Amino acid sequence: MPLITIVCHGLEDDLRVDGRGCEDYRHMEIETDVVSNTDGSAKVTLGHTAVLVGIKADIGKPRPMVPNEGYLEFFVDCSANATPEFEGRGGEELGTELSNTLYKVFNNKHSVDLKGLCISAGEHCWVLYVDVLLLQCDGNLYDAISVAIKAALFNTKIPRVHISADEEGGKEIELSDDPYDCMRLNVENVPCIVTLCKVGHRHVVDATLQEKACSVASLIISVTHKGTVTCTRKVGGGSLDPESIFEMTKAGKRVGKALHAPLMKLLQQEESLGKTRQKVGFLG
Amino acid sequence: MGNVVQRQTRGALRFEVCGNMAGLELLSDQGYRLDGRKASELRKVQARMGVFAQADGSAYLEQGNTKALAVVYGPHEVRGLRSRIRHDRAVINCQYSMATFSTAERKRRPHGDRKSTEMSLHLKQTFEAAVMTQLYPRSQIDIYVKILQSDGGNYSVCVNAATLAVIDAGIPMRDYVCACTVGFVDETPLTDLCHAEESGGVSSLALALLPRGGQIALLQMDARLHQDHLESLIEAAMTACKGVSKVLDEVVRQHLQEVSVLSGE
Repeated sequence: MPLITIVCHGLEDDLRVDGRGCEDYRHMEIETDVVSNTDGSAKVTLGHTAVLVGIKADIGKPRPMVPNEGYLEFFVDCSANATPEFEGRGGEELGTELSNTLYKVFNNKHSVDLKGLCISAGEHCWVLYVDVLLLQCDGNLYDAISVAIKAALFNTKIPRVHISADEEGGKEIELSDDPYDCMRLNVENVPCIVTLCKVGHRHVVDATLQEKACSVASLIISVTHKGTVTCTRKVGGGSLDPESIFEMTKAGKRVGKALHAPLMKLLQQEESLGKTRQKVGFLG
Repeated sequence: MGNVVQRQTRGALRFEVCGNMAGLELLSDQGYRLDGRKASELRKVQARMGVFAQADGSAYLEQGNTKALAVVYGPHEVRGLRSRIRHDRAVINCQYSMATFSTAERKRRPHGDRKSTEMSLHLKQTFEAAVMTQLYPRSQIDIYVKILQSDGGNYSVCVNAATLAVIDAGIPMRDYVCACTVGFVDETPLTDLCHAEESGGVSSLALALLPRGGQIALLQMDARLHQDHLESLIEAAMTACKGVSKVLDEVVRQHLQEVSVLSGE
């Protein structure tokens, strides 16, 4: 029997190939502060998909349209580690597609407090360079990347700055000497992305590469902790009818809302361990 | 031991983060380096094999603050240019890239610049000397190395990580390939340089060694050094590489033990 038949028949009984239900995630592991050169970092493993996010904060000039806000810059590196097809410039297309979606979802004042990133209006602001490194691909990249970005933003420590006037009347910026004197970001409103794939007549959350190959199209929804949908996008070559989209959106809201509370709890637990936490990284 | 001055460049403005001091002492009078090591001491090496299940072979290696991830795919059919097929041996294809957040200053492009291309060629040359390519004619072996955090000795850490990854993939090699970067300061060779030492104007030499036979796979130096010192520098590098090979051997044996326990042998 072809794989697609096996997968679709299983889904009628809410059973997937690896035994999960249609709305269950695979085993997820999250760890923050794995790279010390960065201001914030997180590593997320979702089944066989592995993603590493590093955030560096730099001082730059605010964008002309919004002089009293900082901003985020995204770069997704689909490394050859994931698959040999990404060697050289092979991963650029996927990387650009992913980073464009990330800009839409995260780089707005509703998700992140951009006003808090401003130092002096029109002249200096904090720019957060969010670098996503794809280490292993087994489907559901958007979900893993969004969880990693939320965890990394939670972990980000931005140094406090003092502005003083120098001799010529210009502004001089001093970073605080104390490495522990830093500003943290409020990640309450940062959304998480949920990808729903339409396979046969049912939709599945957290599809593996195998299930993705059997699906016609997918819907990407970004959901906040209150259950508000901030961004929707349909990807894939097939077409979906409106009922499917409404149904998938409802399911996505439910799943996405349920994702935030355990994630924040885990992040706060990790944070409370402080220095006593044993950093595992890739050695575990 | 003196304090280290760190000047961070944020945007176009410069700051002094730590206080000021007299000069950068790479080797103090008591024989201690910037990070407290002695001249011939290596940094702490921690490694793990089989990090990723999807790749044929993978390994993660940390040497001090430098962290590298190596992944091996192959041997498989030659992709891309058919002209690359060799009828009597496998083709080795390497790519060296750095994560954009690996260096203190953010790197714009992970790979494709001259330095990365040069490193990729060096890695290819190193592994062609060690891997028994004549066992796999008409095929290709891909070795991809990613630096997650860069604190000096990038080439050496890559080679050590890639050795473990090739072993994890089950590809036969003549011997372990171990590499080390050494520098020469005050008539003393310093082994396993960190970033502060490398950028402090030390004449550094990178050496890749096959320890059992004492064969050198790659030797590279692009600084000025008096001829008389060369031999002692190479000697120091070879001793350091043999030290690294002991650590790698230990890691491989432990991994094998873990895997055989899991599969019930």
